[in-house]
Amino acid sequence: MTTHIISPVESQIAPLRDAYREAIAQKRLKLATGIVILIVATLAASWGAEVDLATLWNKIGNFTNYFNRLFFLDNGQRVWTDLPEWFWGLKKWGKQLAETILMAYVATLTGAIAAFFLCFSAARNIAPSSTLMFTVRRGLEFCRTVPEIVFALIFVVAFGLGAMAGVLAIAIHTMGALGKLFSEVVENIDLKPVEGTRASGGTWAQQVRFGAVPQVLSNFVSYALLRFEINVRGAAVMGFVGAGGIGQDLIEAIRKFYYSDVSAILLLIILAVMIIDALTEKLRHHLLGDVSS
Amino acid sequence: MSANPNQQNIAESLTQVPSEFRYLIKGDRKQRIMASMVVVVMVAFYLLGLYVLEINPLRIITGLGELGKIVWLMLPPDPETWERAIRLLFSLIETISIAFLGTLLAAIIAFPLGFLAARNIVSLRLPQFMMRRGLDSIRGIDTLIWALIWINVVGLGPFAGVLAIMCSDIGSFGKLFSEAIEAADRKPVEGVKSAGGSHLDTIRLGIIPQILPVMLSQVLYYFESNTRSATIIGIVGAGGIGLYLAEQIRTLEWQQASFSILLILIAVALIDALSSRIRFAIIGGQQQ
Repeated sequence: MTTHIISPVESQIAPLRDAYREAIAQKRLKLATGIVILIVATLAASWGAEVDLATLWNKIGNFTNYFNRLFFLDNGQRVWTDLPEWFWGLKKWGKQLAETILMAYVATLTGAIAAFFLCFSAARNIAPSSTLMFTVRRGLEFCRTVPEIVFALIFVVAFGLGAMAGVLAIAIHTMGALGKLFSEVVENIDLKPVEGTRASGGTWAQQVRFGAVPQVLSNFVSYALLRFEINVRGAAVMGFVGAGGIGQDLIEAIRKFYYSDVSAILLLIILAVMIIDALTEKLRHHLLGDVSS
Repeated sequence: MSANPNQQNIAESLTQVPSEFRYLIKGDRKQRIMASMVVVVMVAFYLLGLYVLEINPLRIITGLGELGKIVWLMLPPDPETWERAIRLLFSLIETISIAFLGTLLAAIIAFPLGFLAARNIVSLRLPQFMMRRGLDSIRGIDTLIWALIWINVVGLGPFAGVLAIMCSDIGSFGKLFSEAIEAADRKPVEGVKSAGGSHLDTIRLGIIPQILPVMLSQVLYYFESNTRSATIIGIVGAGGIGLYLAEQIRTLEWQQASFSILLILIAVALIDALSSRIRFAIIGGQQQ
């Protein structure tokens, strides 16, 4: 048995075909406008950033060369031929790395606790007063918009060189970032337990303690763990401005062209970040899994 | 509140928990012990940290006094001369340019890398795994460190900043893109395959239309956050407003420094507003 496909007459097809063409043309026009805008913005930006392709072309060799040099010891041998020589400062660097992680830990915990106490008055659904909410929100916004290294620069002048300036800088930035995330979590809670506490005569603090906190705690801890990992990375560069941690040695090694030291310290940082990344991810899964079960 | 006989009755009846519910309370107690142990360990580490890092109330109080003085000196923000204000404004434009170019270049380079790191595109596990780890280690290095490295290669200036932002973002984008690709629906891919498409056709026609809006919104989001990063890479000499800010703080020109910080805040707020608008437009267009 054969089937025939009856093709429609031209007069029937024409309007459909035209409409299709028009739709496609419109889409293409949109795309073309987007591309033109992108190109203009790129040209403007490369003028603004003084991009010089000739320099890049001439110096791109330097880049591979530089990375190649990172893996040579002073005596001209490849780094992996002599591990003790490569990681000669392991004891010192290990100590500094531990200090860096400790800085991140103290700063994250301080910032998270501060954010915990502030977030309830910044959440739209249970804030006690709108003026307080507005003030806390703007304050948190300020804390997270100013980069932590700028805080560190100022704190080094005020508190003196050393890890304390770095810890305070990271803690303030963490407070701002976590405060926002925490208050968003609080805005999404079920309000019935809060109302229940209020109905049985609870004060605002009791409403928060018994109505809100049990619902949000696991999410808070999960966000704080995520922040810890970010802060370890942040603490590693605090030494660039004299605010403690392994950054001090790293910037010295880079500036003075101690190639094998740079690669050794970078490897240590990457390793530490990876391990912490894996650990916190496991903890977070465990935590969120516990809640669902 | 005085204890009335009624309450005592309730308290007594509570102690006589039926045996079938005992395990609930026991479990609860176990959890409580665990939780308090975790808290004790955390507090111990915290105290150790305070001790090792030499943080004590005395230093904090004296430091806060100093900080108060500095904040007092910062007000009102003032660039002092018009010439300086204009120079700062130009460096702000430079900062935004650095963020824009860095993000764009990173997105372009990370686009193919994202495919190579996606489990449903690369069937060989080993290369895919290596790609992921490689992207992870790029991500582990901070933008400031990249800036220092690039300064050694292309010299001081904003160009080193562009390359630094590009490098640190390649890792993030690669990871995000590959996750987006792995989350893509398989049906369009199967459709293209059943109509006789090659492997490349399935990617072009089956996957890319799904992930493009997601990618665009991620890129815009990173543009926002890179504006923030670009303001600080000047601290190590890679261009942008951070160069002036670091100098102003080091020479204790507090009014100028606060003016620079104010400019940064305004610029970040403007970029945030602009990009969230574009993002909304892209997502809205997707829903139609």
